[in-house]
Order: sequence, then structure tokens, then C-alpha cells
Amino acid sequence: MLHRKDLLGLYDLTAEEIQSILTTAAQMKDKLRSGEKNLSFLKGKTATTLFYENSTRTRVSFELAVKYLGATCINIAAGTSSVKKGETLVDTGETLDAMKNDFIIMRHPMAGAPHFLSKHVTASVINGGDGRNEHPTQALLDMCTMAEKFGKIEGLKVAILGDISNSRVAKSNLFGLRKLGAEVRMYAPQTLIPKGIEKLGAKLCKSREEAVEGADVVMGLRIQLERQQAGSFPSLDEYAHFYGVNRKIFSLAKPNALIMHPGPVNRGVELTGSLIDDQSSVILDQVLSGVAVRMAILYLITQYRNRV
Amino acid sequence: MLIKNAKIVLPEGVLDGDILIQDKKIVKIAEEISVQDDTVIDATGLYAFPGLIDMHVHLREPGFEYKEDIESGSKAAVHGGFTQVCCMPNTSPIADNKAVVGYIRRRGEEVNLCKIRPIGAITKGEKGEQLADIGEMQAEGAVAISDDGVSVANTRLMRLAMEYASGFNLKCLCHCEDKSLVDGGVVNEGLNSTLTGLKGIPRAAEDIFIARDICLAQSLNVPVHICHVSTYSGVQLIRNAKASGIQVTAETCPHYYAFTDDIIRDFSTNTKVNPPIREEQDKQALLEGLKDGTIDCIVTDHAPHHENDKNVEYDLAAFGISGIETSFSFAITYLYRTGFMTLSEIAQKMSTNPAKILNLEGGELKEGGVADIMLADIDKQYTVDPDKFYSKGKNTPFAGYSLYGSVEYTIVDGQIKYQA
Repeated sequence: MLHRKDLLGLYDLTAEEIQSILTTAAQMKDKLRSGEKNLSFLKGKTATTLFYENSTRTRVSFELAVKYLGATCINIAAGTSSVKKGETLVDTGETLDAMKNDFIIMRHPMAGAPHFLSKHVTASVINGGDGRNEHPTQALLDMCTMAEKFGKIEGLKVAILGDISNSRVAKSNLFGLRKLGAEVRMYAPQTLIPKGIEKLGAKLCKSREEAVEGADVVMGLRIQLERQQAGSFPSLDEYAHFYGVNRKIFSLAKPNALIMHPGPVNRGVELTGSLIDDQSSVILDQVLSGVAVRMAILYLITQYRNRV
Repeated sequence: MLIKNAKIVLPEGVLDGDILIQDKKIVKIAEEISVQDDTVIDATGLYAFPGLIDMHVHLREPGFEYKEDIESGSKAAVHGGFTQVCCMPNTSPIADNKAVVGYIRRRGEEVNLCKIRPIGAITKGEKGEQLADIGEMQAEGAVAISDDGVSVANTRLMRLAMEYASGFNLKCLCHCEDKSLVDGGVVNEGLNSTLTGLKGIPRAAEDIFIARDICLAQSLNVPVHICHVSTYSGVQLIRNAKASGIQVTAETCPHYYAFTDDIIRDFSTNTKVNPPIREEQDKQALLEGLKDGTIDCIVTDHAPHHENDKNVEYDLAAFGISGIETSFSFAITYLYRTGFMTLSEIAQKMSTNPAKILNLEGGELKEGGVADIMLADIDKQYTVDPDKFYSKGKNTPFAGYSLYGSVEYTIVDGQIKYQA
């Protein structure tokens, strides 16, 4: 059961709420696997995807989730809308409200933008990634896949390697995994570790080996070329050499460990190509989990709105 | 004018007594004054403070009258108990010449509420390239120079500015910020920047320029004033400099000594201010600095903004807090009622020391002194309601806070300019 109209981040959610999303998502996943895509839980509802940043998989995943639940979906790529003409976020939100839209699924390059919008609209706001803050549905889909593979999240050891500073995926995973009792290890160049992350429950490691040893899940984060240009590390080659995950490093993890990556991957930088291909079934399972988790969230928020 | 039965806040303590005012001057302070006067204020239960002086405000006129103007800012100032305010030059056009400085001074005189003391820019257009007409601005009423809002990034030019201004007995008020370290940051760098994903500004961005400007003051043997200190490390630098005999003075603001950056967690853009509100150790260091004299004065950095400038994403929102109408109450609530400072110490930080630093009149209640006086009920509790601000800027993160200390009268040159 969810106790809120918006899904802004996993920092705000209780362990029970996260568990309930994962349980519902597992049921949705079963339905999808059995080909049930004509559900009617959201019949008569409308959702708008409002994306101020490029995205293919997240946006398409949300759109399909909306449609599989029987609702109508409108897509706004902010580049082509009145936003370009200088409309403020509040005005855009109020306009969508006036059109009786029920959900705003939003991606924005600035932290807190969905939180801000949620205070100004009656529609439910679902955060599809806000700057360096959170990407809650990505973390939930990662957890959905982990839960299915290992049976539970509690007690799992999850190693996250890469650009932690700029990663909303790392943060949402940290919040969600810690709430459900997993250990979260992090390793990155010193310039890409955000201040105080250990106070939020992360275990900072001193080497790749320490991070990966005995891990159930090894998650690589995308390194963006702009970070190298901004001086956070000298070159992609050096990054791959000291911070990338190759077969030798991965062999330190548990034998049945999973490799995960929020995508898109820079092959040979964060993960070596052969490791990615070994794990392709899991990466595709993450994609299915993505649709299921988003269906679960839309469903649970609708249940909440029907209650209040 | 005769003020009867006040508790008079003097440097050495509080005196129960009366104040007699004639022709803009305080002529007598005594336990009992018995004369006939047309205007008698019964100040029973009220404390008389020297009129507060805020040496760091933004009045936005000319150019940004939709945020504030000299009239609304003056009304806000006297509502807050201030009899003199010094306004920063980042207007449009920038107050970097005698015409704009003279305009601001004259507008202040026309409005005729509190005394408006313009601060001229250090460099033309606050661009950090060429010195502004420092002497001519002083002749039109500028009481100091500052490129507030930005630092003069070129150290050689900053050195020349401090050296040249010293010939006019003018101080540079230094906004300390290394832009390359700020790098688009909007909040303090620390746990809360990580938690919110908002980009952090490290303390070093401020400290490096504090250190630089202290070094310049030392090498030139001239005075320098550091604006809105927000870091514990900045307090250490200033304390050490003072101990070495360097002529440095410094200010901080209520939002730095009373709060931590925990208030940014809900992404409320009214918490966005430059420098950013920092952490507990900074807050504690600023309080210690106020107590031991490292920090000479409390200013508001009153930065009124229109709702349109704040009702946007955090990254896009303007920096600044509208603070002139709550500063006195912050001092009473967080410095006096906590037992941390006496009323005399508060008067020193909010009136005496600013007057000394900028060679202004007032700053103390004394016979023969100017009759700039504020009467306050320090026990009165109220809830901050921005809709009741006289300032056009309603941008306070402290709406709904319960504070103590209400300004009841503000008297400027012996005239009542505000009465509750």
C-alpha cells in the first residue's frame, strides 16, 4: 500500500511502501509474462510524460505501463513544447491540471523539480529522474530483479561502482536497498564520491576488490564523457584501468552474482564487453521489471487516490 | 520629544530612565527627566536601542523596482527597527558613478524614512576590469565600495582598489567567492547537497577569497571588511588575522548564525542564498565569533525578490532572503533569549559596530548623539507572516516561525518614522 499521491524518491518512502511496490510489481510481471496486457485498473485515466531530458527506455517503459493498465498516455518532449517559448514549470503543470490529466511522469535535469511541481498540481507526479537527485523507478526495477533472482533484498551485498556523484540511480538504490536491509558498497574515483554519502548508509570501499568481493550484485554506473572533460578523471582509458569491472574483478563476487547497469553502457569502460554479453538475460529482465514496477506504482497511487 | 520609563540599552548595561530629544539630538538621558514636551512617549515595558544600522542591504532601485524600491525598502527598514541602511550597488544601472549614487541618496532623502547610505561599486559595471569613480561616488554620498554579488576576481585590481580607496578613507566590503570553485553550485556542499542532489558550494570557495583579501589588507596595511561570513573556517581566518593585528572587520547574517542547511531539504527556493546556509559547526563558529568579537556585526543582506524569481526550479531561483524585517527578532530569539548575548551586545553588533566600521553617525544612545532610536517590546511573541512585510520581497524561509521581539517605534532624527 502506498500512502502518497506522488512518487518523488525512495528517500521519502517507508520500507513497507517499497516492499508493497515490489510485491505488486512481481504480480504485474507475471501478468506480462503470460501476455496479459489489456488490464483495466486505470481505465478512464490519463497520464502525461513530461521529459525535459532525452530518454528512450524510461519514457517508453512508462508509456507502455500506462497503456497496459488501460489509461491514455500523452507524451511531451519539452524541447518541442511551449517550454521552449519560456513557459515556467508551474504554468505547464497547471495547464496539464486544467486538462484533467491524472499523472505527470516527469524527467528533469534539475534536482527537486518534481518535488516543486508536485506542490503546484493536483495530478500525481512520478519522478522519472531529477538531476543528480533520484531516479526511484530505476532503483525499484533493479530491486525487483534482485528480489526475483535472490528471493529477498535483506542481507544482499550490492556493489555500486562508477560516477556516484552524478548518479541519481546510485542514490535511489542506496535509499531503497538500505531500507530493505541490504548492504550497499560504493567505489569510485575520489572526485566522484559525493560528500557525506556514508552518512546515508553507503559503505565506501578502498578498492574495486573490496567492493566486489562476496557481492551478490555488481552494478556499474555510466561514466559520462562530460565528467572527464570537467576534470573529474584524466581519461576513459585510465578510468577503465582503475575503476572498470572486468572478468577478473567480477570473479571475486559470489558465483551466482548479477551484473547490473542502468544503461546505456560504455562497453569496455564501466564493464568489459564480454561481461555485459554474459549477463544479457538479466539486463533484458531489468527492462521487463521496469514496465512492471511502473505499472505497480501507477496502480498503487490510483488505489491511494481512491481511498482518500 | 520625551521618552518616559524606557529600559535604555547602553554599552555598559540597561538603565531604567527617560530620554529627552531636541532638534534631532539626544540632549539628556537620566533616570527621571521632568520637563514639559509636546510629544511624550510612554515607553513602559519597552527597551530603547540605538537605531539599528544595516550595512548590507539590497534596495533594488534603480532597475529592479518590481523586487523592491527605495520607498518600500525604507518602510521595511523602519518596520525592522533600522534607522540607517547601506545599500549595495548591484542595481541596474550599477551604482558605479556619481549619477546613480546621487540618485539613490536623493531618493532616500525624498522618501525620508530611514537614512539611505549608498555603497558604490569597486569596479565599473561590477565587471572586475576597471576601478569605478571612487572619489566622485564618495562626494555624492557613498559610504563604502563593494562589488557585492561577485568578487573582484583579479587580485591585482583588488589590491589597487583597496589601496586607492584607503586614500579616501573608504573601505572595501568584500564579497568572497571563487567562482571556479562555485561551479554552478546552489547550496552548501555536504550531506544535504548529496541528499538533495543539489550542487554544493564548498567552504573553500568563500575562504580562499577571505584569505586573499586579508593578505592584501596586511600587505597594504589598510582596513578591509568581509561580507556575510558563513563558514567556520572563514571565522578562523578572520580570528587569526585580528590576532595578528590586521585591520579586518566582518559581518554575518541571521540565517547563518541561527540555521543549518537542513532547511534546504524540501527544495524550498526561499532557502537559496549566497553564500549558502551551512552546517552546525559553521553555525556554532559564527555564534562564537559573534561572542568573542571576531564577527563585528550582524547584517541582513536583505535581498528582496519577486515571486516569479523564486517560484521556479531550485537551480533557476534567484539567490537571496528578504530579511530586514525579521533580523531584530532573530537576535532577540536566538541570541538574547538563549542567554548567549546581552542586549548591549546585540546593540553593539546591530548598531554601534556598523557605525564605527563605516564612520556613520549614531550607533549609540548618548547625550549629544543623533536621536536615532528604536523602541522594542522584547517579550512580545509573534508569527512571521511575509504578507505583513512592508518589503515587496516576501521571500523568507522563516514564514510561520514564532519569534520574540517586536519593534514598537522607530525614531529617526527625533521623528517617529514607524509606530506599531
